[in-house]
Amino acid sequence: MTILLVNIAQILLMVLAAPMAAGIVKKMKARMQNRQGAGIFQPYRDLSKLFGKEMVLADHASWIFRAAPYIIFTSTVLAASVVPVIVVDSPFSWTADVIALAGFLAIGTFFTALAGMDIGTVFGGMGASREMTFAALAEPALLMSIFVLSVTAQSTNLSVMIHHILDAGILLKPSIAFALIAMLMVSIVENGRIPVDNPGTHLEVTMIHEAMLLEYSGRHLALIEWATQIKLVLFATLIFDLFFPWGISTAVATSALLIALGLWVFKLMLFFVLLVIMETALAKMRLFEVPQFLSTAFFLALLGMFMHYILEVGAQ
Amino acid sequence: MIGLFTKIIQTGKRAEALGEAEHATELLGEQLGAAIRKKFQGSLAIREVDAGSCNGCELEIIAANNCYYDLERFGVHFVPSPRFADMLLVTGPVTRNMETALKMTYEATPNPKLVVAAGDCAINCGVFGKDHYAIAGSVADIIPVDAVIHGCPPTPTDIIRGILQAIEA
Repeated sequence: MTILLVNIAQILLMVLAAPMAAGIVKKMKARMQNRQGAGIFQPYRDLSKLFGKEMVLADHASWIFRAAPYIIFTSTVLAASVVPVIVVDSPFSWTADVIALAGFLAIGTFFTALAGMDIGTVFGGMGASREMTFAALAEPALLMSIFVLSVTAQSTNLSVMIHHILDAGILLKPSIAFALIAMLMVSIVENGRIPVDNPGTHLEVTMIHEAMLLEYSGRHLALIEWATQIKLVLFATLIFDLFFPWGISTAVATSALLIALGLWVFKLMLFFVLLVIMETALAKMRLFEVPQFLSTAFFLALLGMFMHYILEVGAQ
Repeated sequence: MIGLFTKIIQTGKRAEALGEAEHATELLGEQLGAAIRKKFQGSLAIREVDAGSCNGCELEIIAANNCYYDLERFGVHFVPSPRFADMLLVTGPVTRNMETALKMTYEATPNPKLVVAAGDCAINCGVFGKDHYAIAGSVADIIPVDAVIHGCPPTPTDIIRGILQAIEA
């Protein structure tokens, strides 16, 4: 019963803290540009304003366009509910494994692309075609890098995988290193960060993710933006769970939960600092280089899998 | 890359290092922040519309976002679509090619919306003149305008003042 409450609390934590995380990233970026920037609570103000604002719908918007924001938000929250944040063995993490998690994320991507095409504007269709090109290459690379850990842990369930890594001690295995690099590359693409996509761009021609959302307004837009913010925290948490789970609580005890919470925040901040340094130092890459980037990610994950069988299976 | 980060650290925060002459920006900015908190819940999204400008005004608007003026710290951000916007910042005389586009942009913006005509060209067609064959008129001839910003081009401080006027009007 208590573990269920903790589970619900960690889902709420991820959903409600996501806008602040986005605000912190923006603030860090502003400081790297020698600016003061908006406060870290600015995304909450943006969202609350959008929720209260009138919606302007295009005349020929179909039900897909109106339903998509709710589907995208729900599928992202469902994906977030599966990922353990501060406690392992949470009831929700037993209901779905990593393949279902990738599926939830794919539903969101699929409906974003459909909504982009629904109105029939040039940029919507363009964004949808780009997003689907990259999604088709990103999904296998994402799954393959997770599978490297799955074959080690003999399970696709996140809680089992975390337990395995915690029991095995520090994992200095070549296969894990390959999987980590692949996972980081995929996360950049899935979250539309530099060098693949620029979340702060106003130039429609270079947009990938935002090009599909240009027709949204009011609470529809707020829901999609919120889902995007949750997705960033979700991917960061997934990377911590799979590669650096140390500190996560294995039992429901107040002190252990507090330590887990503190470490999660610490890891998240470290992740954001690295993200911001990368986004400041790198320029956006050419669009046609992204498929090569993703193929590299997939190939690294595949190499990780080979490494596991060649070097690690016999050694155990 | 190391050189870049050394430079970033050495430069430090520049957003507050305005000279005495630009002290007005700080005062205006605080008023603007307070007005935005009151009327737009602390978040003002602006869509910039170039209706035929020479790009002089655009350069000044970009300057308002640089590390000296840093409009973002007062809760203002620029957006890529009129559907995301609370305010349209229109520059330049409205050319015949942009007349329909400007009307459509105004209709695509959700209520409550404000329109600011930035620069002398947007107010009275400036050096281009109203009776030019390629010009449909000033911004106020095409869509309702809430506030104007004088100057050719207006300084970033003028732009901040104009945005404040539009919100308080």
